[in-house]
Amino acid sequence: MTKQQANWSPYDNSGGSCVAIAGADYCVIAADTRMSTGYNILTREYSKICKLADKCVMASSGFQADVKALQKQLAARHLIYQHQHNKQMSCPAMAQLLSNTLYYKRFFPYYSFNVLGGLDNEGKGCVFTYDAVGSYEKVGYSSQGSGSTLITPFLDNQLKSPSPLLLPAQDAVTPLGEAEAIDLIKTVFASASERDIYTGDKIEIVVVNADGIRREYMELRKD
Amino acid sequence: MQKCIKNGPLAQLLNAKKAYPVRPEPWKGPPTVSYRKMFRNQYDTDVTTWSPAGRLFQVEYAMEAVKQGSAAIGLRSKTHIVLGCVNKANSELSSHQKKIFKVDDHIGVAIAGLTADGRVLSRYMRNECINYSFTYESPLPVGRLVVQLADKAQVCTQRSWKRPYGVGLLVAGLDESGAHLYYNCPSGNYFEYQAFAIGSRSQAAKTYLERKFENFTDASRDDLVKDALMAIRETLQGETLKSSVCTIAVVGVGEPFHILDQGTVQQMIDAFEIVGEQEGPAAEPDAAAGQEASAEPEQGAAAGEGVAPMDI
Repeated sequence: MTKQQANWSPYDNSGGSCVAIAGADYCVIAADTRMSTGYNILTREYSKICKLADKCVMASSGFQADVKALQKQLAARHLIYQHQHNKQMSCPAMAQLLSNTLYYKRFFPYYSFNVLGGLDNEGKGCVFTYDAVGSYEKVGYSSQGSGSTLITPFLDNQLKSPSPLLLPAQDAVTPLGEAEAIDLIKTVFASASERDIYTGDKIEIVVVNADGIRREYMELRKD
Repeated sequence: MQKCIKNGPLAQLLNAKKAYPVRPEPWKGPPTVSYRKMFRNQYDTDVTTWSPAGRLFQVEYAMEAVKQGSAAIGLRSKTHIVLGCVNKANSELSSHQKKIFKVDDHIGVAIAGLTADGRVLSRYMRNECINYSFTYESPLPVGRLVVQLADKAQVCTQRSWKRPYGVGLLVAGLDESGAHLYYNCPSGNYFEYQAFAIGSRSQAAKTYLERKFENFTDASRDDLVKDALMAIRETLQGETLKSSVCTIAVVGVGEPFHILDQGTVQQMIDAFEIVGEQEGPAAEPDAAAGQEASAEPEQGAAAGEGVAPMDI
């Protein structure tokens, strides 16, 4: 008698890719808008990006039902924080909260691969990258999702970020300007959508800077 | 006790006037003070004891605590609700207590009485709003929240190991059915109002509101805030009204609940202070005409012999 295997999985991969780049006084977070299941497309216009606080935006790829539940949890916790502290959560604080929230479900994880981007307390751009159970790190740029294997090497080449383990600690933020970073994002997604079937349709680009939060879109291949 | 020798030292000792009564006073009949005054203190030890007149004195004492707190007022129009409160710091060195709390974007509350109890209830209300929003992705209707609050207060009137909350809450909220202002008592009752005032010297504010309330429904947002400031001025009874002694908060259609900052409040005070003096004599004929109409839905009789104040 062989061991019975599960014939049902609580998870499903909705596909898609997310990228975030931190600048000296801005942060760009982008994700495509395609939601898939298997070899089918469920919709071409689904937003994977969520504004968690005034200066803090999260993009997540993976299983979108879990992503939605995670976003709701964080929004509720943020409200409680605002009631108690009379101010918005800072990006580093939200980063820790996200890590704790993910680890809380260590033994039935959120199938959600996140990048958190925003401005820290001094107004500098910061990006945090996560795995599904909350291990996180502050980095200069990051990519998650089905296209990440195609995107990350390209970003490594362009942004030459020093290792966070180096001493003395080096600034991870890119010296690129805001417009150049957005251009880089567009290039990166255009390339990824050529070879990754789950990435395409449209990119949603969110820019966080001292003036606030701005959103733009760019069309991608529909195939 | 037999006297052995008349007027001897032993007899003198025995006959000397005692400092204490040696035999209790003979029974003169039942006490002559009134029945009610006599037994009020016997039935007020805990909240689970009824008085012979059918009252729960602990609950009434809790309502007294509300009357001792500094004043809070609320008034509403069709689209906006304004809450205001008097903020008196204990000394010049200390900061004043927070009496107005944001519960959600569409609900706020002003308290009078034990502010610690008020803070705890505000936290409960915030939690309820967050949980409802999370489950239903829509804002908690105010009417539901006040019922939950009232039920929570009622529990404390029926447990021997608890005490009633010593705080009155003016809950201002906006939902699909419009703008609402409710008053929640420590007794577990709640009422909806067009305008109301609670706390010390609130009667002065209530008199003002009773005069003006018919205009509130269609008043503009700014007029409503002006009326709130006027009502607060009534409770100050002679003291100058300035933004450092009061706090104003507004919630309305297209305007999430927020507390107005000191600068804005001071500007509004300055704007109408000049007009206010001119309005004084003109207000007298209004007062005479408007007295019959009451801002309160029930007979607001003071706690008399037979009326249990819990009904108010």
